[in-house]
Amino acid sequence: MRRLMPWLISVVALVAIGFWAGCGGGSTSNDILIGEYSAMTGTTATFGQSTHRGLMMAVDEINAAGGVLGRNIRLLTEDTQSKPEEAATAVTKLISRDGVKAVIGEVSSSRSLAAAPICQANGIPMVSNASTNPEVTKKGDYIFRVCYIDPFQGEVMARFVYNTLGLRKVAILKDIKNDYSIGLAQYFEETFLKLGGQVVATQAYSEGDIDFKAQLTALKGAEPEAVIVPGYYTEAALIVKQARELNMTIPIVGGDGWDSAKLVEIGGESMNNTYFSTAYTADDPDSVVQNFVSKYTTRYSEKPDAFAALGYDAGLILFDAIKRAGGVEGAKIRDALAATRDFRGVTGTITIDRDRNARKPIVIIAVVDGRMTYKETIQP
Amino acid sequence: MKRHRSKIYLLLALVAAAIVAKYQTAISPYYFQIIIYIGINIILASSLNLINGFAGQFSLGHAGFMALGAYTSAVITSSLHLSPGTAVSYPLFAGALICGGLVASVFGLLVGIPSLRLKGDYLAITTLGLGEIIRVIIQSLGFLGAARGFTGIAKLADFFWVYAVVAIVIFTIANLVKSTYGKGFLAVRDDEIAAEAVGVDATRYKIVAFITGAFFAGIAGGLYAHFVTYINPSQFGFLRSFEIVVMVVVGGMGNIAGVILAAAVLTILPEALRAVAQYRMVIYAFLLIVIMISRPQGLFGQRLDWSRVWRWVTRRSSSPAKGES
Amino acid sequence: MSELLQQIINGISMGSIYALIALGYTMVYGILRFINFAHGDVFMVGAFVGYFVAPIVAPVVGGSGLAAAVLVMMISMLACALLGVTIEKLAYRPLRSRPKLTALITAIGVSLFLEYGGQLVFGPDPKPFPALIPSTMIVNSKFLVLSSNSLVVIGTALLLMVLLRHIIFRTRMGTAMRAVSYDHRAASLMGINIDSVISFTFALGSGLAAAAAILYASVYPSINPLMGLFPGLKAFVAAVLGGIGNLYGAVIGGMIIGLLETLVTGYISPIYRDAISFAVLILILLFRPAGILGRHETEKV
Repeated sequence: MRRLMPWLISVVALVAIGFWAGCGGGSTSNDILIGEYSAMTGTTATFGQSTHRGLMMAVDEINAAGGVLGRNIRLLTEDTQSKPEEAATAVTKLISRDGVKAVIGEVSSSRSLAAAPICQANGIPMVSNASTNPEVTKKGDYIFRVCYIDPFQGEVMARFVYNTLGLRKVAILKDIKNDYSIGLAQYFEETFLKLGGQVVATQAYSEGDIDFKAQLTALKGAEPEAVIVPGYYTEAALIVKQARELNMTIPIVGGDGWDSAKLVEIGGESMNNTYFSTAYTADDPDSVVQNFVSKYTTRYSEKPDAFAALGYDAGLILFDAIKRAGGVEGAKIRDALAATRDFRGVTGTITIDRDRNARKPIVIIAVVDGRMTYKETIQP
Repeated sequence: MKRHRSKIYLLLALVAAAIVAKYQTAISPYYFQIIIYIGINIILASSLNLINGFAGQFSLGHAGFMALGAYTSAVITSSLHLSPGTAVSYPLFAGALICGGLVASVFGLLVGIPSLRLKGDYLAITTLGLGEIIRVIIQSLGFLGAARGFTGIAKLADFFWVYAVVAIVIFTIANLVKSTYGKGFLAVRDDEIAAEAVGVDATRYKIVAFITGAFFAGIAGGLYAHFVTYINPSQFGFLRSFEIVVMVVVGGMGNIAGVILAAAVLTILPEALRAVAQYRMVIYAFLLIVIMISRPQGLFGQRLDWSRVWRWVTRRSSSPAKGES
Repeated sequence: MSELLQQIINGISMGSIYALIALGYTMVYGILRFINFAHGDVFMVGAFVGYFVAPIVAPVVGGSGLAAAVLVMMISMLACALLGVTIEKLAYRPLRSRPKLTALITAIGVSLFLEYGGQLVFGPDPKPFPALIPSTMIVNSKFLVLSSNSLVVIGTALLLMVLLRHIIFRTRMGTAMRAVSYDHRAASLMGINIDSVISFTFALGSGLAAAAAILYASVYPSINPLMGLFPGLKAFVAAVLGGIGNLYGAVIGGMIIGLLETLVTGYISPIYRDAISFAVLILILLFRPAGILGRHETEKV
């Protein structure tokens, strides 16, 4: 027993120090506390860190411009480790212990779905930056998003393939572990069939896979005119590369999960003849976009991807709503968020609709000569 | 006398849980959530301790049992449209939890069967595989929400439910392993062949350990689902099983009290480390290595058990305890 | 028919990478009877060493090409051998006389440390791995495609396996390794330095993991700190399937898992790929509890 005590004491002390340190810096000042839960580590950390960077920039800009309602915005960020249960814990902590007035997050719909009921029950508005699953905002009237939803994007992709590219026979390769990919594939297929197209083969993979030759070989046998890959760029770049190695030179089409400079860095020349839909393009000559791109590039010395832009817009829309609400009460911010009309963000002109989803244009990007180039914009 | 006494303890624990539950709203929701997670982890770690620590069967499939219990009970309560607070919800929720536990224990039997032929690391990879198979099957079932997860589960689990189950699990396992019958678990763990030679039915003990352990893991899964209100197949991967094994080993294999404490410490540790932001998992991993190297027999080794703590406390308050151990 | 042939080629090239990683698991297991769960993460570090070293080394030997690839691979193998030895010295050696489960938990700790440490140091976003070996098409028809990459992977893997076989069966150190694997006490009584044999084993296993990482990253040029998780797990399954502790078993196991995964993905459904791999493993273990080539150790009373 005696030999055990030092250990017990040291563990207890450690935990106590942690708690004490965590409690430090409570909300004594006049700042408006905003909570962010984001995947800073884990399997999808690359997206979480992008949205976090965008949001940080929005916060610093608004504070430099004198804050909101004469008060500074203070951002508290909690890591979700890319796990839904951690998202629930993080949001509970932000709301009940830190007393944040609004919450921003998350990229993944599964994590947003875990956190949304908690925000709703506490009457704290939540703005999701990139969760595209329709279920998320159905969790209650305090839950909003700044990205478009899967049905809209799926429809746009289907119309683009059918009308613009003029193709009739496609194959789909989706990520079975990812609700985003499954949803997008489903909505694409619905519209594409309605238009009169044909899905000749469907194959699947799991997030984290790196070899897709088996699936691609099987798809190749069905002789499609294009392959639809509604997934993340982490896998999409390898999928396209391996498809080219297997002599599949047909167009390959993806969604906003593809949007990252890494896509072309990893995929290289093989990315030619691919298309994807996304929220914005860094090539957009619009001054709002160019301003954002140049500031982001100086600050982080890399080009902002769509996730960074969405993180930035989520922050701006929330701050704008707080300004219009004239106070930080949950219900006031909620009503102001719901009344957002024609907000000029980096990812287009955003209007929050009756279902608390963002209505905004979609941009189609084509990869030409190993470079992402703007192709067209489709209005909602 | 001894059996009687432990039943009184159980009753006291249940009453205490009910009383605390009355005042649960007074606790900050964040701390409350951690307290609930501690309870659920105690159930998981204690039930794995029966399989791993007492029966000596190295299982890495505990998250799979948990998933079965979580999904089974969630399907039942959702299709019955139970809502928290109503009188009818209590017995039905209890029934749903038990159904979840039963489904899990059927699979526990299934996982237990390989343990009759396989040992050590081979058993570990087999149980890990079965856990993953369960997860993949759930992920492919559309009516369970597939990869999107199962949403909109009623928030039925509260302090009382979780800690009542904690009390029952500890009571059951402590009585099981301390009984004459239960000595057989230790015999099977320490030397299976010798145990068989003196007439201990090793097969039966292993199966009993797997069924009982899986049952409680299933119930823990049910409580978890009805507290978090959202479940997703990715929450029940093999990394979750690892977390539970870590609790058992850090607490000391076969040490009931140690495993309870370890479950609490290892649940609090990552939360306490939130202050160090993205360094937290690195520090957590580092501490885990340091703990294992400096206390290889577990933080609390084989020495700490409740009767010792009890004696230590009562000696201080100078009221002698008798009839212990 | 041509599709089947294509899938078999895909499967063999995947399988030879699994086999190389599985060799590391199996060697450590043969000597210490302990699963080194951090092996997959050593593999990840190997890929990152290659990523950082390649731009420095390549110009020295004149751009990309065989010389650069071999040099990068050697440096990465050396760095990982060093890492493996360090991990063994600091984390596993103090626990050698303890129950195996203790070392296993420590290995999980090391694995988490490398993964989260990697996310902190390298960043979580995937990095494009430089094309060291230019890939050309050898067979390029409508029915069958065979790139030089697949051949390079299979060839290098074979070469390394032959080299490993030579080390273990034809050198003094290899003899010592086999002796230690057979009986620690007896080997040490024969004057074998157990510590240095174990260090050597870790160096060899980690070096192979690094070689596998360079091959892997050349074929799948996207690396990230969590990339070791799944290949590590699958290689471990392969090692157990073949009979952990047996070198040929690791190669056979790797090939079976590689082929099985490819064929299940191509002909059944990728959804059930992992489930079917595990189901096959369990079925084989039920009939051969020590794996395909594993020695079944009879328990002594």
